[in-house]
Amino acid sequence: MKTNALNGVSFGIKKGEFVSIIGPSGSGKSTLMHILGALDTPTTGQYFLDGFEVSKLNDDELSDLRRNKIGFVFQSFNLLPRTTVLRNVMLPLLYSGMPHPEREEKAKACLRYAGMEESKFGNLSNQLSGGQMQRVAIARALINDPAIILADEPTGNLDTKTSATVMRAFQELNQKGHTIILITHEMDVADCANRIIYVRDGVIEKDVLNKPQDHFLPQ
Amino acid sequence: MIVDLLKETVWSLAGNKVRSGLTILGIVIGIASVITMVAIGQGAKNSVESSIESIGSNLIMINPGAQRVGGINQGGGSSQTLTVEDATAIKDEIMNVKAVAPSVTKRSQLTAKGKNTNTQIIGTNADYLIARNVTIDTGSFFSEQQMKSSAKVAVLGPATRDDLFGENANPIGQTIRTNNMDFQVIGVTASKGGSGFSNQDDIVYVPLTSAQHYLSGSIYVNNISVAAEDQTLMASVQDQIFELLLKRHKINDPTQADFSLMNQNDIIATATSITGTFTILLSSIAGISLLVGGIGIMNMMLTTVTERTREIGLRKAVGVRKIYINLQFLAEAVLLTFLGGAMGVLLGWGASMLVSKFVSGLTTSVSMSAVLLAFGVSAGVGIIFGFYPARRAANLSPIEALRYE
Repeated sequence: MKTNALNGVSFGIKKGEFVSIIGPSGSGKSTLMHILGALDTPTTGQYFLDGFEVSKLNDDELSDLRRNKIGFVFQSFNLLPRTTVLRNVMLPLLYSGMPHPEREEKAKACLRYAGMEESKFGNLSNQLSGGQMQRVAIARALINDPAIILADEPTGNLDTKTSATVMRAFQELNQKGHTIILITHEMDVADCANRIIYVRDGVIEKDVLNKPQDHFLPQ
Repeated sequence: MIVDLLKETVWSLAGNKVRSGLTILGIVIGIASVITMVAIGQGAKNSVESSIESIGSNLIMINPGAQRVGGINQGGGSSQTLTVEDATAIKDEIMNVKAVAPSVTKRSQLTAKGKNTNTQIIGTNADYLIARNVTIDTGSFFSEQQMKSSAKVAVLGPATRDDLFGENANPIGQTIRTNNMDFQVIGVTASKGGSGFSNQDDIVYVPLTSAQHYLSGSIYVNNISVAAEDQTLMASVQDQIFELLLKRHKINDPTQADFSLMNQNDIIATATSITGTFTILLSSIAGISLLVGGIGIMNMMLTTVTERTREIGLRKAVGVRKIYINLQFLAEAVLLTFLGGAMGVLLGWGASMLVSKFVSGLTTSVSMSAVLLAFGVSAGVGIIFGFYPARRAANLSPIEALRYE
């Protein structure tokens, strides 16, 4: 028997939006995130990202698209172990032909932008705290000026206080004009966005605009 | 691009020094053990061959046969049947003979300047140098004149010289004393190496006539060494000598010959079959080392790459193309195996040198084919098992690779 993780899902996200996709586990939100992140292609249907039809691309074209259009922030950070902060951030620029000093400048700018302290740039990734690791991951996501930043449970491995600072960082990025898609199963986290899409059993249950209640932000 | 690739490779390997170090160690041990094994085997083979070679070239040895006294066999070499005239006849009547050296041997006590030693005294002629591959290091061998006049002169082997006069001393002009007679030292032979039953360096040569007059007191000789002109002529020369000596000794039945002939080719053939067995033994040990080393390298590479599946997934997720991931892992495998390989070759070579230095009488020889084989197999195994799993991981979708535990 064939099971569809997603069925008849159709929506659009505009530039500059901050969208949360929320749903319980098994709802199909992970599959949706994989498709949005060009990590996987849908069996049928179409996905346009920044004007490109993604669903028909081959492996290398998908790689190029991910590199140029999408910045990933993962739940488990996924930094290269025993590697400096700076090199982790520069990872997507590998084989780009950009001269090394320029890469370093760009990586430093992104790290500052993501709120990372200058003194930690040379540290090894495994010497950082969870919050710092996630900031490095955000800086890495920013390095190629992506069309969207895709965050998959970015606070899943963090305590409440650190989660608050990370979510504030996302809100700041959004205010600076970045498009952010956040996948989560926690209402508190989803509530930071301006729009929430509820997914359940492979279909969109609800798609509503949201006024952030600022559970995290002290006002 | 290439700079990026090299930097990634070096960073990656340097980032995990323990892992890289252990991988290299595995390769080093695999290669070094094979090279050393084969070098020792080759060395053993060479030293056996060269010690046979040092006996002489194209040599046929004539020894007196067993003496029978009333039906009791007294053992080979015990009879006194060979004479200087036999030797002269061989030299005069048989074609393709390069040298004929009759010799009288006697073990005797020697003294010089208060030091003494017990060694083998050989009375012989100048042909002995040719037949037995003996070369003079300093001084000279006895002349025709000294042969004719039974001069009391002696040529020392280097070991005997060392025993009597001290290491590398110049004994020429000095006298040595044996059986209450003084012999003047006129030369020293070059070292032939060899050890064991007959050390060819611990020897004293005197003119044959002198040995017969002063030491053995008999007209018989203990041995005649004949050198044929060419290896291919040895069989025919041997047959002719056999015929000639039978005739001279007036023996009709060849089975009753009172002498025996030994051909150097026979010794070489026996030795070759022994060293051949040696070679097979050592090759199998080397082969097993290579196999074990190869499996070690394979294990190390497989675990290393499998462990890094998540890293491969991440690289793919952030948009690194498959080909660059493949190339990086290939470069890492190549760098590791070549570093390990180079160190292994050096270590194996060094170990072979040490064996030569500390094991006397064994000069190891590092063979190029062993080096290439060991290096080739290790590099092949290392590269295949470093690259193949990485390629497999790079072909996974990034999600699967990222989820890999």
